[in-house]
Amino acid sequence: MIERLKRLFAECIPPGVEFCSLRAVFTQGEQLNVRRNVPQPLTLHEDAGAMVTVRTGAGIGYGATSELTAGGLRAAAQKALALAEMMGRCSLFDGAQPPLPSPSGEFRTEVGIPWESWSLAEKLELLQAESAAMRIDARIVDWGASLGHQRVETLYLTHEGGALWQGREVVAPGLYATAFAAGEAQQRSLHGGGLPRQAGLELLEQMEFRGRGRRVAEQALALLAAEQCPSGRRDLLLAPDQMMLQIHESIGHPLELDRILGDERNFAGTSFVTPEMFGSYRYGSELLNVSFDPAVPGELASYAYDDEGSRAEKRRLIERGVLRCPLGGLTSQRRAGLPGVANTRACNWNRPPIDRMANLNLEPGESRFEELIAQVERGIYMETNRSWSIDDSRNKFQFGCEWGRLIEEGRLTRVVKNPNYRGISESFWRSLAGVGGPETVEVHGTPNCGKGEPNQVIAVGHASPPCLFRNVEVFGG
Amino acid sequence: MRGERQGHDGEMMECTFGWIADALGHLTRGEEICLLAFQGEVSHFCRFNRGRVRQAGHVHQLGASLTLVDGERQVSLKLRLTGEAALDRATLEAALERLRGYLQRVPEDPHLCFAREVRSSRQVDGTEPPDPLGITGDILDGACGHDFVGILATGSQYAGFANSLGQRNWHATGSFNLEWSLHAEGDKAVKRQYAGTMWDGAHFRAQLHDSAEQLQLMRRAPVALTPGEYRVYLAPSALAEVVRMLCWGGFSARAHQTKSSPLHRLAGGTASLSPLVSLAEDLAGGMAPSFQERGVIKPPRVELITAGRYGEPLVAPRSAAEYGMRTNGAEPDESPVSLEMAPGALPASEVLAQLGDGLYLNNLWYLNWSDRNSARITGMTRFASFLVKGGELQGPIQVLRFDDSVYRLLGSALEALSAERELIIDTASYEARSFRTMRLPGALIGAMRFTL
Repeated sequence: MIERLKRLFAECIPPGVEFCSLRAVFTQGEQLNVRRNVPQPLTLHEDAGAMVTVRTGAGIGYGATSELTAGGLRAAAQKALALAEMMGRCSLFDGAQPPLPSPSGEFRTEVGIPWESWSLAEKLELLQAESAAMRIDARIVDWGASLGHQRVETLYLTHEGGALWQGREVVAPGLYATAFAAGEAQQRSLHGGGLPRQAGLELLEQMEFRGRGRRVAEQALALLAAEQCPSGRRDLLLAPDQMMLQIHESIGHPLELDRILGDERNFAGTSFVTPEMFGSYRYGSELLNVSFDPAVPGELASYAYDDEGSRAEKRRLIERGVLRCPLGGLTSQRRAGLPGVANTRACNWNRPPIDRMANLNLEPGESRFEELIAQVERGIYMETNRSWSIDDSRNKFQFGCEWGRLIEEGRLTRVVKNPNYRGISESFWRSLAGVGGPETVEVHGTPNCGKGEPNQVIAVGHASPPCLFRNVEVFGG
Repeated sequence: MRGERQGHDGEMMECTFGWIADALGHLTRGEEICLLAFQGEVSHFCRFNRGRVRQAGHVHQLGASLTLVDGERQVSLKLRLTGEAALDRATLEAALERLRGYLQRVPEDPHLCFAREVRSSRQVDGTEPPDPLGITGDILDGACGHDFVGILATGSQYAGFANSLGQRNWHATGSFNLEWSLHAEGDKAVKRQYAGTMWDGAHFRAQLHDSAEQLQLMRRAPVALTPGEYRVYLAPSALAEVVRMLCWGGFSARAHQTKSSPLHRLAGGTASLSPLVSLAEDLAGGMAPSFQERGVIKPPRVELITAGRYGEPLVAPRSAAEYGMRTNGAEPDESPVSLEMAPGALPASEVLAQLGDGLYLNNLWYLNWSDRNSARITGMTRFASFLVKGGELQGPIQVLRFDDSVYRLLGSALEALSAERELIIDTASYEARSFRTMRLPGALIGAMRFTL
């Protein structure tokens, strides 16, 4: 297929253009679900298509097609050329700049136990067992176990002979249980779906999936019996599976350079971060260190090159609380006159690449989990996101979690339900008072980060230890 | 069957769909039944920032979801097609062989359900879609001198259903959808949408002129309000965000059965909305296909909420089998595709006077549940949101966070709905352009709680 596409691409490059690339994406997926002990219909997924990008004059155009034939790619290239010529007359920026690289290379997810090494019956048996273990009480009214797999291969070719091949493989396990009594429902899940990783089936072993179903159901019942989360200002300890969301919404999105440049103002929003803040702005306390790191094995958005062909490398974005670098790829860096990272990515062959956050991780500190708890006189510990809302500029936020526990006089005590908190990004990170050590770090991710016009959802990874914040407004249902 | 001629792309798409549908009968064996849900799109996208073009592209895609049924077993495969007959036939044959291989290994499905009665249809709305380059030229001419941001999507969308029993359904629309905003400094902006099948440059220029005037008001110093309760008028585009939250499980039969619906108290009769609130799934008022992926033909209308009381839920075929209900052709996620809300009696010309002192909110943003059991929603104000005093617009407000229950906003605190309604076409384009629409009035609310 690679040699055939190289040949077809060479034949469709419009003569005289400054730059032309082809990005072909091939996806295969399988989704298994067991709900209320009933295996749901097995769904398979196959996708294939390509985008041809043409740069001519000051314009850039793209043509995307699922017709991977000589005629289909030629038509896509001609559409791209016509649009590049049109855009060249009214382009927001000089599309000829910067010159894009033409690298060659490969990336492949490290897989321990291949998806195919387990039969369908073995996978369903595991899900059935977890599902059955969740029906521990008549008040569990809905429950389910799931396992998804996706293999995505991307071929990126440039007119100057660049050839990148990247193969990513993702396994996504899931569990949830809904408990209901006296007019109230409570749901508990396995990290809110935040456990997809680039991996094989060894992930199930690593995360101790087997046997987790019963605990999920027990916690759903515990929430039914729990008191409401109290209201008022308290210290807040966030578990890594909630830190994922906190980092994503109030650091990741505000640092995206295309938002800062205004591209997203009509849809995903703008940013309270402005270009002059880089290098000096105090984003958080001295304990805050945040990195763009596409090289963490197994993290969901790991890759070697972005979709403009830039080599992806780790870079510190916030260092000891000071803002250093935005999340912007080559094109945005040129437009803004700022440094950046290799994060120009597209969700699929039919959408153009834009600035995305990829793996964005909060670096560990030195505290053990018990030490973080011991520092708190009166606080709340919250796990697993269930609700998220933040303003257009990524500043005023309100997030809710599935699971809360009071922290009283340095000890974890009673479970509380409907735990929520709110704050303002500009000041929230400055209240960071404790960061868990390397042994407390968990790697999470989500396949559902939405952005862009036309819309795109893309996978992102977030690794973090638990973090302690002082004097945050918390409340219940 | 009804319809009219469609453009060249449409004829090609329908031709591809036709031969695939015909092939299903030949490719199935024995007692097998094959269901095929077809999707196609030929779209131009042009993205704007600062009145210039940020990105321009063209997408040509077609694909299908293929389900093979044998007895009580079923397996589905979502696959991509090319439009080249020989290639697609080979893809289809390979796909069916793959599904057969799985079919032997999956357990029987006690909730298997699909349309067994053959009901074919053909609907083609709109002719050749408007010329995207011509529209882009109009937009750039108008946007000159403005900080204009947005997305133009033009082209054709196709949906089809076929099965090996002989059913054929075809739905095609050609349209444009321009979602745009004019910006002053910071987050101060006015947002609009212009969608349809025939582009009218004069209409766009009038919209632009009107928005530019409103933007002058946005340039006044923004008012920072303290959290608390305010009288509010939610324009249809703002109310749409609240109603969209209700569509997230609120009308789903499955969500009600599993107690995960945000409206389970309304459905259970322990809570109610204002008698002014009536919501229905109304196919005739929208642009969605009249069939769904299992071949079930949708009724023209489903009353979801009538005068504040829960009506009929949306029931997908699978839920019907699981819970012993009758399907009304709902989509798998059981959310409305063509929602309409009954109008009220408040004329648009009297909205500001009736509001008196309060907030006029054109847009809300990033809503989510803060407590699903009590249908409590949090979210932000966005874009053109104004302070009103004595029935006069004073100036923009700094963004505010609200946190309030639907049972108050559309219940005890709802004073009036506007007599005029707006058709809001969903601009979502995740994977492909959306067919969904809502027709809504605005809502005058006596007290809405703001928290941050």
